[in-house]
Amino acid sequence: MSIDKTSTATEESSVENTDAAPAAVAAVDPRLLVREQGFAGYLGEFKRKMKAGDLGSIPVVVGLLIIWAIFTSLNSNFLTAGNFSDMSVAMVGTGMIAVGIVFVLLLGEIDLSVGSVSGVAGATFAVLSVTHGMNEILALVLAILTGTAAGAIHGFVFARIGVPAFAVTLAGLLFWQGFMLQILGDNGTINLDSEGVVVKLTSYYFSDVAAAYGLAIVVTAGYFLSAFFDNRRREAVGVPSRPLNEIIVRTVLLAVLAFAVAIVFNQYKGLPLAVVIFLAFLLLTDFVLRRTAYGRKIFALGGSVEASRRAGINVELVRISVFAIAGTFAAIGGLFVASKIASANQGAGTGEFLMNVIAAAVIGGTSLFGGRGRTWDALLGVMVIISIQYGLALEGIASPVQYMITGGVLLATVVIDAVTRKTQKTAGRA
Amino acid sequence: MVHVSATPVLALRGVSKRFGAVQALTDVELEVHAGEVVALVGDNGAGKSTLVKTIAGVHPIDEGAIEWDGRSVSINRPHDAQNLGIATVYQDLALCDNIDVVGNLYLGRELRKRGVLDEVEMERRSRELLDTLSIRIPSVRIPIASLSGGQRQVVAIARSMLGEPKLVILDEPTAALGVEQTAQVLDLVERLRERGHAVILISHNMADVKAVADKVAVLRLGRNNGIFEVKSTSQEEIISAITGATENAVTRRAARTNGEIKK
Repeated sequence: MSIDKTSTATEESSVENTDAAPAAVAAVDPRLLVREQGFAGYLGEFKRKMKAGDLGSIPVVVGLLIIWAIFTSLNSNFLTAGNFSDMSVAMVGTGMIAVGIVFVLLLGEIDLSVGSVSGVAGATFAVLSVTHGMNEILALVLAILTGTAAGAIHGFVFARIGVPAFAVTLAGLLFWQGFMLQILGDNGTINLDSEGVVVKLTSYYFSDVAAAYGLAIVVTAGYFLSAFFDNRRREAVGVPSRPLNEIIVRTVLLAVLAFAVAIVFNQYKGLPLAVVIFLAFLLLTDFVLRRTAYGRKIFALGGSVEASRRAGINVELVRISVFAIAGTFAAIGGLFVASKIASANQGAGTGEFLMNVIAAAVIGGTSLFGGRGRTWDALLGVMVIISIQYGLALEGIASPVQYMITGGVLLATVVIDAVTRKTQKTAGRA
Repeated sequence: MVHVSATPVLALRGVSKRFGAVQALTDVELEVHAGEVVALVGDNGAGKSTLVKTIAGVHPIDEGAIEWDGRSVSINRPHDAQNLGIATVYQDLALCDNIDVVGNLYLGRELRKRGVLDEVEMERRSRELLDTLSIRIPSVRIPIASLSGGQRQVVAIARSMLGEPKLVILDEPTAALGVEQTAQVLDLVERLRERGHAVILISHNMADVKAVADKVAVLRLGRNNGIFEVKSTSQEEIISAITGATENAVTRRAARTNGEIKK
C-alpha cells in the first residue's frame, strides 16, 4: 500500500476533524493528537514546556555561564585554553562516578559508598600492579570488577533483604574505606608507574590537531545522521516527526559547540584521552538508558515500583544491577582520580569527594525523587563543581569558602528540582 | 442487542476462598460471555475485590472450579490469568507518571529491533490502538503525569487491550472521575463490548451500571445475592439486593431463575 498517500490524507483530515462530533470522528481517522506544525509549532511546544516547569538543562547551563562570567571577570586566567583543558581532565574522575550516581538516583535511591569504592579501586590497582607486579591491564580489569562486586553486594542487601539503600551504602562507605586502608598497608601511599596505562589515562593527549577536529566532525555528523534517519522512518510510518529545520538548527548548535571545544583543546596540548573516554561512556550510558528495554525498566522503577512489578519487571534484578553499575563507575572514576595524582593514597575517595559526586549528579538536573534524569546531567553538574573549585583556587580562596559556595549551588539546584516537580504536577492537572 | 455466545468465556462454579478465620467467598457463581458486560456490585467487604483477585490469579481459589471457554482451568498465579487472556485494570492504575503514554502502554513488553527499543513502531501502534478505541489524549509522547484522571484511566484500559485479552476486568474504573471523564470511560467499556471482549465491571455507581452493563451480579457477605438482567430490573431491586434490605422469597426466587444458581 502507498504509505505516503495515506499519511498526507490523514494529515489533511486531522485539521478538519479536530472539532468534529464524536460520531463523525469515529468514521474518519480521528487524529485528535496535537501535531507539531513546522518550526513555529516546535517553538510553541518549547514555551509550553517552560511554563509547565519542564526546564531540562536550562538552569544548569545558565548557571554554568554565570559562574564562568564571574570567574573570568575576577581572573583573566580562568577562561584560557590551558585552564579549560586542565578542568576537562580533572572532571573525568568525579564525572564518571556521577554517571553511576545518576543511575541510582533514577531509581529514587542513593549510594553513599561510591567515594569509598572509588578509593578501593585505586588502591586495588596500585597494590596488584605495583606491589605484586601484576600486568597493568589485568590489574585494571580486576580493580573495576572489585567496584562491580561491591556495588552488587550493596544492591543485593538492598533489593533482596530490603534494607534501605541509604543504610546499606552508609555501611559500605565505612567498610570499603577500611578495606582500602587495610590493603594499602602501613605506607599509606603507593606511587603508580608514570609510564603505565592508568597514569596515561589522564596524561595522554592526542597532540595532532586532526584528532579533536575529527572527533567534532564525527560527533556532529553522527548526530545529524541518526536524527535524520530516525525522522525518515517516522515520516514513513506516519507518526509525528521533527521538522527538518529543527534538526538542522540543533546540528548547527552542536557543531559550533563541538568545534569551539576542539579549538580550545588544540590551543593547549590537544585532545585529552580522558575526555574521549568520558564522552564515550556518556554516549553509551545515554543510549542504554533511553534506547534499550533495560533503561526503560530503570525509569519505570523510578516512576512506580508497583506498576513495574505488575508489568512483569524483575524489580530485584534491576535494582541489584543498577547498584552494580554504580559500583563499576565508582571504580572507573577512582582509577581516573588515582591516574591524575599518579598514586593511590589513604585520602582517596574520602571527605567532600562523595558529596561533590552526588552534588554533580543533582546539579546537572537528575531528580532526587527518581525517574527523571540523563547521564549528560553528570557532565553538566561536574563542570559546575570543577569550575567552582578551579575558579576559587585561581583566586586563592580557601576551601571553607569553596564548600560554602558549592553547598549554596547544590541547595539552589535541589530547590529548583522540588519546585519544578510541583509546577509539573499543577501544570499537568490544568 | 449484542450477540451472546452459548459457552461463557469465564464461568465460576461454587468458588470459595478463606483468609484465616474469614470466609471471604462462599459458593460464588459467575458467568461472563463474549461481548457481554457483567457488573459486579456489592457493599464494601462483600467480596468483589477478592473475587476479582481470584480470577486474576492473585489469590488462588480454595474450592470450586473455574471454567474458561468451557474447559476447567486452574489459575494460581497472575501469569496464568494473563496467558489465558484475562487482563485486569486495578483501581490504582499502575502507570509510571514519569514515562510517556507509549512507554506505559508497552511497559514490560517493549518492541525491540536488533536489541534496541523500536520507538517508532511502538508509537505507530499506540496511535492506532488509541484511535480504534477513540481515545482522545493530547499526545502519545507526553508523560502520564500531565494527563487527567480520566485520561489515565483510558490509557490503563488501553494498556490492558494490547495483549488482545478475551476478558477485561475493570476495578472501579469511574471512581473519582468527573462527569465528562466518566462518560469517556463508559464509552470505552461499550466499545470493548462491541469488539467482542467479555467485560467484568466493578462499580459502586448504579447509574454507571445501568448505563453500560448487560447483567448485574450482586455479592453480599461473600455470597451471590442475585444476578439480574439490567434491562428488566429496577435500580431499587439491585440496591436492596446489595444492602440485603428486602431479602425475601421474591428476591431469592428472582435470583434463582435469572442466575440459574444451583444450591
